[in-house]
Amino acid sequence: MNTQRRTFLTASMAAGTVAVAASAGLLVPSTVLAAWPAKAFEAKKLDVAMKEIIGTTKAADSKDIVVEAPDIAENGAVVSVTVKSKIPNTESISLFVPVNAFPLSASYKIAANTDGFVTTRIKMAKTSDVFAYVKAGGKLYKAKKAVKVTLGGCGG
Amino acid sequence: MAKKKMKIRAWVDGGKATVKAIIFHPMETGLRKDKASGKKIPPHYITEVKCEHNGKSVLTCYWGPGVSKNPFVSFRFKGAKSGDNLKISWVDNTGDKGSKEAKIG
Repeated sequence: MNTQRRTFLTASMAAGTVAVAASAGLLVPSTVLAAWPAKAFEAKKLDVAMKEIIGTTKAADSKDIVVEAPDIAENGAVVSVTVKSKIPNTESISLFVPVNAFPLSASYKIAANTDGFVTTRIKMAKTSDVFAYVKAGGKLYKAKKAVKVTLGGCGG
Repeated sequence: MAKKKMKIRAWVDGGKATVKAIIFHPMETGLRKDKASGKKIPPHYITEVKCEHNGKSVLTCYWGPGVSKNPFVSFRFKGAKSGDNLKISWVDNTGDKGSKEAKIG
């Protein structure tokens, strides 16, 4: 990996930060670490990860889910992905990248008054589809988006 | 405690609040090797993030090592007004944690 470039990225990130460190040490999260699904995130196979987090690998394709991601990602370490679900009562959104060492990237539990809309940045080892599985009203729906990665983001 | 930083932006537009947050965290996968020593860098990543609006949970994120360094998250929810409290707290796989509160603008 190009070290200079790394340093530059880190530095530019830090420069953009407002001084917010002061409050961080004083506030203790009240009820975190409740139910992080360790097995799902540590699974190295896509179907295992899916079964652990959503219980099944089967889902219906849906046009009401939009996965927004760049067609070509220059840097696989930072791929911005937006999932928009127009399905009412969206309960959860899970993101999978089949080519990654750990296929499950992120899973979101969505409260009743929250939109089916989440943006995150994920890592991608190489060119692949990004799958979004949406659970709504007890049913599963999916959508995907192909992302071409020119520089892998897992390892180096 | 190491310097832990988080940036939160939240505003109301048309009855919905939009939240954007960045947590500064290395998000090591545990697969990468240290170039100098050749040893594996131990995994260090955020596992769970809770977003609360006036004490009520609006979004829970479960993250794995596949989320980028300095993770960013954006979401929207209904029923917020200007001046409301928004709290985001996280915990990582080493048991480290942090949180920050912000006012919705």
